[in-house]
Amino acid sequence: MRAGWLSFCLMVGLFVCSAALAQSAKNYVFDDAAKEATFRELIGELRCPKCQNQSIADSNAELAVDLRERTYQMVQEGASKQEVIDYMVARYGDFVHYQPPVTVATSILWWGPLGVLIIGGIVVVLRVRQQRHREVEWSAEEQAQLDALRQRQKGENE
Amino acid sequence: MSKGARWVVLLLPLAAFLLLVGFLLRGLFSDPTELSSALVGKPVPQFSVPDLYQPVQTRTDAVLSGKPMLLNVWATWCPTCRAEHAYLNELAAQGVAIVGLNYKDDSREKAVRWLNTLGDPYTVNLFDEKGAVALEFGVYGAPETFLIDSQGQIRYRHVGDVNERVWQGELGKRYRALMAEYEGGQN
Repeated sequence: MRAGWLSFCLMVGLFVCSAALAQSAKNYVFDDAAKEATFRELIGELRCPKCQNQSIADSNAELAVDLRERTYQMVQEGASKQEVIDYMVARYGDFVHYQPPVTVATSILWWGPLGVLIIGGIVVVLRVRQQRHREVEWSAEEQAQLDALRQRQKGENE
Repeated sequence: MSKGARWVVLLLPLAAFLLLVGFLLRGLFSDPTELSSALVGKPVPQFSVPDLYQPVQTRTDAVLSGKPMLLNVWATWCPTCRAEHAYLNELAAQGVAIVGLNYKDDSREKAVRWLNTLGDPYTVNLFDEKGAVALEFGVYGAPETFLIDSQGQIRYRHVGDVNERVWQGELGKRYRALMAEYEGGQN
């Protein structure tokens, strides 16, 4: 019963959220489906400088509304996706785009994971090799023990 | 593996961990809302807006050159702007040129009333009703203060209120350096 209520609340919550999200782009009318697609992609990719962790599609901050409006104007006037991104980055910096450009400062974001993977791979390979090549050393006593066991087995088999 | 190499391998994770701790600690004490302006080193964008007091008078980006000055973005809906206003008055009294950009205010009357009651520290008052000029400047909140040199080039941006501490810090230092350079060039 309780689980039922919980899922019901979740469902209502999700419904309200998606309705709110849909609203952010509702008022924009396009004469061209391709332009609308570009616009929707852009507002999902551009980050609201005021609200830190939301795209301008998700945020209802005044600034996000303004940036959406400007994006709409530019797309309607025929600007390409890259033109709008360049326009925003020129004013708000790399911060405004969720996909950071490859520069010296951001190189760790792009190559860091790959570097960690390579280092991990090298460590694993080295370890495996080391184990495989390890010489098995016997003491004389152990050798004698082994010989005795073998002898016994031989005797049992016969 | 030699003994030396073994120590290096053993200490490597510790070194990496300490590096990460240092990085995260720095992140903990830095202000994520403070973004460096993309316009530093660039000329002020072109614009044309009405004057705050006289709607018929048009102001352009030409008002932002000639001598080092501040461009202060403010609005009556912004509590921090009220907090910094007295200090701006003080700076203006000291002879610092400050241009005011009224940013998306509720109404022109409200902004004028604010200046009439609290004092007007601005040499020129720009009225940016829709925030179009602020967008060109990459403004993402109020108050913001830009430092502009005599050539009309943006040199620095301060986000948040201007106060004694800020004026003793980066913003004031940069302004004084620009001013010294400017006055040196005059003679």
